[in-house]
Amino acid sequence: MNATSAIRRPPAPPGAVRWIKKNLLSTWYNVLLTLVALIFVFFVSRGVLRWVFFTANWTPITSSLKLFAVGQFPPDQVWRVGTAVLLVSFFFGLSWRVWGGTVGTFALALAVGGAAVAVLPFELSSGVRLWGVANPLLVGVGYLVGRTSLGKPRWAALGWALSFGGTTALLTGVRGVSWLPRVETGLWGGLLLTFLLALVGIVASFPIGVLLALGRRSSLPVLKLFCTLFIEIVRGVPLVTILFMFSVILPLFLPEDVRVDRVLRAMMGMTLFAAAYMAENIRGGLQAIPSGQIEAAKAVGLNGLQTTVLIVLPQALRMVIPAIVGQFIALFMDTTLAVIVGLVELLQIGRAVIQSNPEWLMLDMEVYLFIGAVFWVFTYAMSYASQRLEQTLGVGRR
Amino acid sequence: MNRKRTALLVVLLIVSILLAACGQKEVIVTREVEVTRLAPAGECPECPECPPCPEAPQAPMAAGQRLAAVKGRGRVVCGVHTSLLGFGYLDSAGRNIGFDIDLCRAVAAAVFNDPEAVEFVPLTAAERGPALQTGEVDMLSRNMTWTSSREAQWGNFTVVMFYDGQGMMVRKDSGVATLEDLDGATVCVTTGTTTELNLADAFRSRGLNFTPVTFEDTPSVYGAYEEGRCDAATSDKSQLAAARAGFANPADHVIMDVTMSKEPLTPAVPAGDDQWMDLVKTVMWTLINAEELGITSQNVAQMMGSDNPEVKRLLGVEGDFGQTDLGLSADFGANVIRAVGNYGEIYDRYMGPQGIAFTLDRDLNWLWKDGGLIYAPPLR
Repeated sequence: MNATSAIRRPPAPPGAVRWIKKNLLSTWYNVLLTLVALIFVFFVSRGVLRWVFFTANWTPITSSLKLFAVGQFPPDQVWRVGTAVLLVSFFFGLSWRVWGGTVGTFALALAVGGAAVAVLPFELSSGVRLWGVANPLLVGVGYLVGRTSLGKPRWAALGWALSFGGTTALLTGVRGVSWLPRVETGLWGGLLLTFLLALVGIVASFPIGVLLALGRRSSLPVLKLFCTLFIEIVRGVPLVTILFMFSVILPLFLPEDVRVDRVLRAMMGMTLFAAAYMAENIRGGLQAIPSGQIEAAKAVGLNGLQTTVLIVLPQALRMVIPAIVGQFIALFMDTTLAVIVGLVELLQIGRAVIQSNPEWLMLDMEVYLFIGAVFWVFTYAMSYASQRLEQTLGVGRR
Repeated sequence: MNRKRTALLVVLLIVSILLAACGQKEVIVTREVEVTRLAPAGECPECPECPPCPEAPQAPMAAGQRLAAVKGRGRVVCGVHTSLLGFGYLDSAGRNIGFDIDLCRAVAAAVFNDPEAVEFVPLTAAERGPALQTGEVDMLSRNMTWTSSREAQWGNFTVVMFYDGQGMMVRKDSGVATLEDLDGATVCVTTGTTTELNLADAFRSRGLNFTPVTFEDTPSVYGAYEEGRCDAATSDKSQLAAARAGFANPADHVIMDVTMSKEPLTPAVPAGDDQWMDLVKTVMWTLINAEELGITSQNVAQMMGSDNPEVKRLLGVEGDFGQTDLGLSADFGANVIRAVGNYGEIYDRYMGPQGIAFTLDRDLNWLWKDGGLIYAPPLR
């Protein structure tokens, strides 16, 4: 009886005024601190805004958007990159309907990004603006297709697999097709190259990392030794050195007329490097699985492979999502080191832009800030996706 | 136990399938590893008394092989800069342009009659030496100073195409004319480069004092100088001219008439294939001789009818100056000049009075008969 009378209504959530009074103006020294902080914020933001909107000269960026986006990709072939992005937009739209959740957020982001390109307030070719309009449209078309009988997870997965091939064909060209001439990978650059390097590194390093982690915990001595050696050697060497090895030492052992594609070299180096770190991240997750889980799996009659694939890995991977995504973000930013193998990725394109016009030589601050902002957008997207994934899987709430 | 083994076998199987599926990528990796193990073992037995192993010598290409490889490939592979205004940079469409770039295009025009038949490989300063040593590029035209050790270690240098030198930029109103006037001055310079050492040498040898203000990157050097944090800025003269073009008031700054270092910028080729080196040299000489003879990209057609035997030879109208021995067509000279112009045209395109990059007095880069150092053997 007493207990029921003790239950009171919980306090109403504080209104803005009450919150300010309570947290900012409660005592005389809090008032003082608030004032000082306000003045500080005012002057800093005034300075920053003034610089961004009045002092800074953004012409190097607005007039070199093509360079930043695709680097040296032949101008008359840029439509192929645009088409590849449209393809991706379409499948994001489709997947939005099929899977929903975070995919939907990214589909929306793609649509909004495309629309933003269409209304950018500087000189852009009509083709680019058309592309900007087409992008949200294709997201919508994808969504509508997703509502038909094609909106099944397996069709979406098949579509993604096919789009990978389609994108590759679009970007590199197809032998014997006159309207898709070969584009040397050396001409890939800018955001396109940064994105491809990171994507291939992420997609390829994940399975290799899982296998290495399993191999390192294996009871077969040779396999264990190989995996341990690989992981420890690669982790003991800086990425710069690995890239140097691939770019400088590899050609020493190849005949002079055999040349490994430079983009491929960078992809190889980054994949191997990331895989070694990935393996250690995943091993952390594997070790955290209580042995009772494995014993229970055996007790219900699962064999070793089933135990690993159905019981151990799903739990282990879920546990290390933050570490894995951290690794992906680091890999994305490590793509800037690809300059060592002679690739003109986003940062290097920035340098080239600064040097492409004498009037821009002193505008390095603007260019580097822009590149920093682009990197932030993509790394934040990854970080956001991982947070959503963790929430969906209920990590940390059990 | 047995199950565990089966599981591991399956994992191993997956690994091998994946490796195989990755195709070329992984194959190359394994091949590379194998070679690393085998090469030293075969050549150099392990023993404490042994002298240190020489690095596995690169099998040099025999004469003519590289030209054959280039022709088979259909492109000249040229190691270049992509972010150096005037010499090797990108235009707004992403096309490689610049003084060094046009030298590559000249070679492509000579071999294929197509200045676009070039594959440009952007190289960092650290990577250019190895790229030449391994023969990965057919030609390196990347603002590179010819030095004895580079000649000994990296490859063969061809013809000096640009005489640069470390200079000093000061404000016009400072009235400084000689280094002596700069006694006690502060000088902006990039740190850890030979530029910094040359600066110290130049002042010390004259018994002058100065305060260096060092920066990691080039834009900061010029930014600080323009803001007035230093009395002078030093770098190669071409770089000073480029930086000055970006200043708010370029006319307020002068590049002093002092030269603190010799920087002969020279295209280089991998060692071993003399025919290829001779070919590149001949193309460079053709550019220089064309300016000397007054042949430009505009007047090639008229010059074909010239009475001057030297002009006729260069354009392939009559006679032979060895081009067929080098595997070039008789009229390659006409193709080159038509495609990229003569030496002076290339210079003026980027660095002349109306140059699209900046303006730099030709100075040492005038032809020998105009008081410069640009001189080429006769084509005969």
